[in-house]
Amino acid sequence: MFPTPIERASPPVQILYKAALPIALLVWLAPIIAVALTSIRGQADLTSGNYWGLPTQWKIAENYAAVFTNTPILHYIGNSFLVTIPTVIGAVALSCLAGFALGIYRFRFNLLVFFIFVGGNFVPFQILMVPVRDLSLKLGLYDTVTGLVLFHVAFQTGFCTFFMRNFIRELPSELIDAARVEGASEFQIFWRVVLPLVRPAVAALAVLIFTFIWNDYFWATVLIQGDHAMPVTGGLKTLNGQWVAQWQLVSAGSIGAALPPVVIFFLMQKHFIAGLTMGATKG
Amino acid sequence: MSAPRSALAVRPPQPIIPAGWWARHQRSLAPWLFLAPAMLAFLLYVIAPIFQSIAISFTEWDGLKEARFIGLANYVELSHDPDFRTALVNNVVWLVGYLFAIPLGLALALFLNQSVFGIRLVKSMFFFPFVISQVVIGLVFSWFYDPTNGLLFHVLHFLGIPPVAVLSDERLVTYGIVVAGLYPQIAYCMILYLTGLNNVRPDLIEAARLEGAKGWSLLWHVILPQLRPATFIAVVVTVVGSLRSFDMISIMTQGGPYGSSRVLAYYMYEQALSEYGYRMGYGTAIATVLFLIMLVYISFVLVRIWRQEKEL
Repeated sequence: MFPTPIERASPPVQILYKAALPIALLVWLAPIIAVALTSIRGQADLTSGNYWGLPTQWKIAENYAAVFTNTPILHYIGNSFLVTIPTVIGAVALSCLAGFALGIYRFRFNLLVFFIFVGGNFVPFQILMVPVRDLSLKLGLYDTVTGLVLFHVAFQTGFCTFFMRNFIRELPSELIDAARVEGASEFQIFWRVVLPLVRPAVAALAVLIFTFIWNDYFWATVLIQGDHAMPVTGGLKTLNGQWVAQWQLVSAGSIGAALPPVVIFFLMQKHFIAGLTMGATKG
Repeated sequence: MSAPRSALAVRPPQPIIPAGWWARHQRSLAPWLFLAPAMLAFLLYVIAPIFQSIAISFTEWDGLKEARFIGLANYVELSHDPDFRTALVNNVVWLVGYLFAIPLGLALALFLNQSVFGIRLVKSMFFFPFVISQVVIGLVFSWFYDPTNGLLFHVLHFLGIPPVAVLSDERLVTYGIVVAGLYPQIAYCMILYLTGLNNVRPDLIEAARLEGAKGWSLLWHVILPQLRPATFIAVVVTVVGSLRSFDMISIMTQGGPYGSSRVLAYYMYEQALSEYGYRMGYGTAIATVLFLIMLVYISFVLVRIWRQEKEL
């Protein structure tokens, strides 16, 4: 293990390390703690300039009630779910199929198709912006949740296929050969043999894509105009403009917006990190 | 009785596989059928738009009327445009600044790579900033920099340094936003390195330790070479992330003051879709430049993956 395990160090060093850990964590998370604290402050704290100390009044219920009833934030959060969940399902489904094709079969253009997915996944969003917006307008899907979902599904398919294909390639090929000998059709091989084995990859992709899409801001502003379909990232930006002096409300809204991906991350941490660090250990 | 026998003799050998067209071609058609939905979606929404954008960049177009072909005029205009130059320079600042996330992430990973009580929770808490939306991070940092009441103001005041309004200072604003952008990116690099450190070969470390290597030299000669895959991914995601920077700028300054914090991604958006009128042609020309810059890194990644595939 590197660095040297702290248990081998002298007792004072060990104590020092164990003390430094929570302090470092506190400093590192200071920006997030500040939002959390501000979300429960009273107006008095803010007018007297107490933005960073402990709150003098605890207005947790009032602030959250105010932001949820006086602003459309709940509606924005609802929209975010409406965009995120279908995107996760769509992108994972498409990439299971495509990853199977690229991971199992040897055919001409296999590598070329794979490279198109990998390369496309890195392009800057701006090179897609004008045509995608135009396409959505033509399809009558501009400013709709469906239009946003379709784009997200298509774009995320690039990364997801990259991931799935690499995962499926690692599966033992004897399994597929055995199924063929027994006369399974190609689709049965996909459905009965491969799909049950890629569950960990599906879980990893689902949490990653959930977080990516939930936090998407650029496409929300490009493809959505009105409040009716606006996800929470774009909604927060609007709220921040309208509630300039009321940091406690914007903070409460931010916490509400940040919570779903944080919860998902904590529940599925292992899968999340496995997905994010794919390839960090070999190659 | 002899006739049937001779007929039997000339009968062609029975095919082993049943002769249905589908059955004969299933193996070769299957991959394309499995690929079709994903390829269709990806071609329609990602690949075709790249070429469409490049085509639009040779036109003057407000998004409504007919586009008018104007050849390279947009690119000629770009070469004289001081705002474009500012955005390009800022992209370099972002790129260089963002790369600090790699050593800082490594440092954090080395600090946390212990097995004391509760370390798992501490590691995931350190990772938090990456999970949270950049919009939220941007909001917090604009409060942090607030010249009348921000934490930075208080800290500077405490140290007896006159306050600086980072986000309204043309010279400082981009650095201020890059620092905010580094916050989640360091967390990302940290998690890559933590995973890498987890898979470092203990026998090599012990062997090096027996030969007297420790500290920096052990890190440099034994650990870092083994962390190369993690470093590669960290470089790729950091470079791509820096060139994609948009959210933070939109939240914290909207490109201001006076356009001094624009980057190509933001300037493109502003030109193509701003309230000052839609200049789709000019916008896509900026996007094309950004794309060409990114293409260098994309080819770099693809070449590496290609080499790995050849080895298999």
